[in-house]
Amino acid sequence: MTQKLMTNRRGLLMGAAAGGLLASSPLVSRFAHAQSSGPIKIGFQQHSTGIGAAYGRWYGRTTEAAVKKINEEGGINGREVQIVAEDDGTDPKRGAEVVEKFANQHDCDVAFGTLFSHVVFGSAPAAGELKMPYFVVSEGHHVASGALNRYTLQPGITDVKSQVQAMAPYVAKNLGKKVTMVFPDFAFGHDHRDFFTAAIEAQGGEVLKHIAIPPTETSFTKYFPQIPRETEVLYHVMVGPGVLTFVKELGEFFGPSSPAIFGFIDSLEAVDLASPGLEFLENTYFWEGNPRYAQADQTEYDKAFRAAVGVDANGASVSDSADVSTYAHMFGCWETLHVIKAGMEASDYKGPEDRAKLIEAVEAMGAMDESAAHPQGPKIFNGKTHQTFGVQYISQVQNGKLVKVHTTSIEDTMYPDEVDYTTQSF
Amino acid sequence: MDFGPHLMLATLEGAVGAAVLALTALGLSLVFGVMRVVNVAHGEFYMLGAVVAWFVSTAIGTHPALGFVGALIVAPLVAAGIAIAADRLVLKRVDYDPEATIVATIGILYIMQQAALMGFGPEARPVTEPFNSRIMLPLLDWSKGLPSFYYPTGWGAPSITSYKLFVIAAATAILISFWLILSRTKVGLIMRATQLDKETAQAFGIPVNRVYSLVFGLGAGLAALAAVLIVPIQQAHYLMGGDPLLLSFIVVIIGGLGSIRGTVVAALLIGLSDGIISVFFSPTLAKILATLLVAMVLVFRPQGLYGKKPA
Repeated sequence: MTQKLMTNRRGLLMGAAAGGLLASSPLVSRFAHAQSSGPIKIGFQQHSTGIGAAYGRWYGRTTEAAVKKINEEGGINGREVQIVAEDDGTDPKRGAEVVEKFANQHDCDVAFGTLFSHVVFGSAPAAGELKMPYFVVSEGHHVASGALNRYTLQPGITDVKSQVQAMAPYVAKNLGKKVTMVFPDFAFGHDHRDFFTAAIEAQGGEVLKHIAIPPTETSFTKYFPQIPRETEVLYHVMVGPGVLTFVKELGEFFGPSSPAIFGFIDSLEAVDLASPGLEFLENTYFWEGNPRYAQADQTEYDKAFRAAVGVDANGASVSDSADVSTYAHMFGCWETLHVIKAGMEASDYKGPEDRAKLIEAVEAMGAMDESAAHPQGPKIFNGKTHQTFGVQYISQVQNGKLVKVHTTSIEDTMYPDEVDYTTQSF
Repeated sequence: MDFGPHLMLATLEGAVGAAVLALTALGLSLVFGVMRVVNVAHGEFYMLGAVVAWFVSTAIGTHPALGFVGALIVAPLVAAGIAIAADRLVLKRVDYDPEATIVATIGILYIMQQAALMGFGPEARPVTEPFNSRIMLPLLDWSKGLPSFYYPTGWGAPSITSYKLFVIAAATAILISFWLILSRTKVGLIMRATQLDKETAQAFGIPVNRVYSLVFGLGAGLAALAAVLIVPIQQAHYLMGGDPLLLSFIVVIIGGLGSIRGTVVAALLIGLSDGIISVFFSPTLAKILATLLVAMVLVFRPQGLYGKKPA
């Protein structure tokens, strides 16, 4: 059976009208002058399911908002930016498969967005083999430690080593010197254990006890009796679906009196501070990558960032006040996408053949000012270790809200280089 | 912390786990005992109970206690309803063939898990407990020669919450009433008759197919009930069914598949030892020992502690 090509007046008119509509739409005219008008495709490795799901949801919203802004401002090198999101299930094996999919099926220019450190560990070798620039937003120290490769970069968020190192002086000076640490028993938690222990010892303090908890644990009270009586500061950091239970049971264990408590906000990311059972956190301290509650000295950049992502002054979604964001981390997606844009523009990126040029351009970036592209604060990117350094915030819970009480300098977070990726060939 | 209070805390924490585990494992054991079906999807009915509890308590939303009572009624019914439908639509069609039912329930597991992911989402969501206060635990003091009680002061003094005590009490009450139903009522008699000999029961006019549906629903309902009790302490999450399934299998293997007494004893053993070993040594060691115990039981007493030797 053959099919006749149907051409009639109506069809022609409709085609012409559609063409006209397309030509007059703002999107097309905006990108019309690009040398290559195809979109730049950024593969977004998203923790949509698994233990990182709450982070994945907000990383997704932030990424969407950042891409919308970048496209409204003319895209990258005049080309539209497209996000190709794939769920990695917060699983290292699937993470590597997703990176391969970006390279082989979706023809992505770069990959981006991974948070959980074990997924980064699982995926980075695949990115290196496929020669796919891999921009992670993970906090893990693995990039700067030299364990990964030249194709893996972390330009939009600081790493655990620099964060805890900057916390130790404040903890030792204001809270106490005898610390007990509670942390999740995997790479991210081990970074906390190793680097904070060293940092507090440098301040003349000591860690009395390390309490490691498996990240899949659902009941926590049984671990707390291990906290030594002479503890002056309890240092806690936890991740996964059980975080609210963790903090609640901590409060139930301590009762009305407790040692000073210093936590990483990871223990309560995406959790409402007003949840019942969290009242005991009043006056305790938290590290925050970026203050969840709009502060008295809020910058115009933070204001614009919140508005773009759809986050209110309490760090929750503007459409649902119970949907609390992962505010201390998700800025990393926004900033990383802006770094990718800056890198592609500096290297005049045209396609996958320019990937090495793109990495060299990012390696050469150095200082980044606080701006609409970097709303969390100023940063210094170390091209040798592929890791960015920036200010850290310490907040105290006052009247059920996190109020910023200390801002570190960037210098507080610096440590000697452990690797020089620029000596590796592409 | 001193040894005494430390042990008391560990025992109480273990008892909460044991209570919930006993209910969950009982459902699994019942289904196997009567139907000879190894229900791999059992953990998902547990998850379903927690998820429905969240929906009910959010929908009612006035006072936490009201939402909790609503969840206690609705969640087991929903789980039982879905289980009965699964029995009629799937298990009956494969003639309760032991191998086919395992594969079929694995399928049900994935369907339920993914449905929860799509309908409920990937987040862990909390359900507020109906009541909760911190209860200080008294310690025995022998220093004056006569036993006397005192309450330690300062942070970390041994304490438990009223809700956790309620979980232990409620689970015990449910277990006792379940045992009464099984041993003293006509429904229980019919179930026991079906368990003993399906063909003879049928010859005496027992509607075996309806008993099967009822038992499968009851098993799922027990798992859902256990989840409603625990969800104010933990949170509802679409992947929460994995651990209870594994522990339930451990419990029924140790206790003997189909034996209620064995299930309860093994749940206490596993739950308490998990609590105590976790506190004094490490939670990993607790899991290692539980698994080792399973291996030992399988080698030396394959029918379980209280199971009957197959004829």
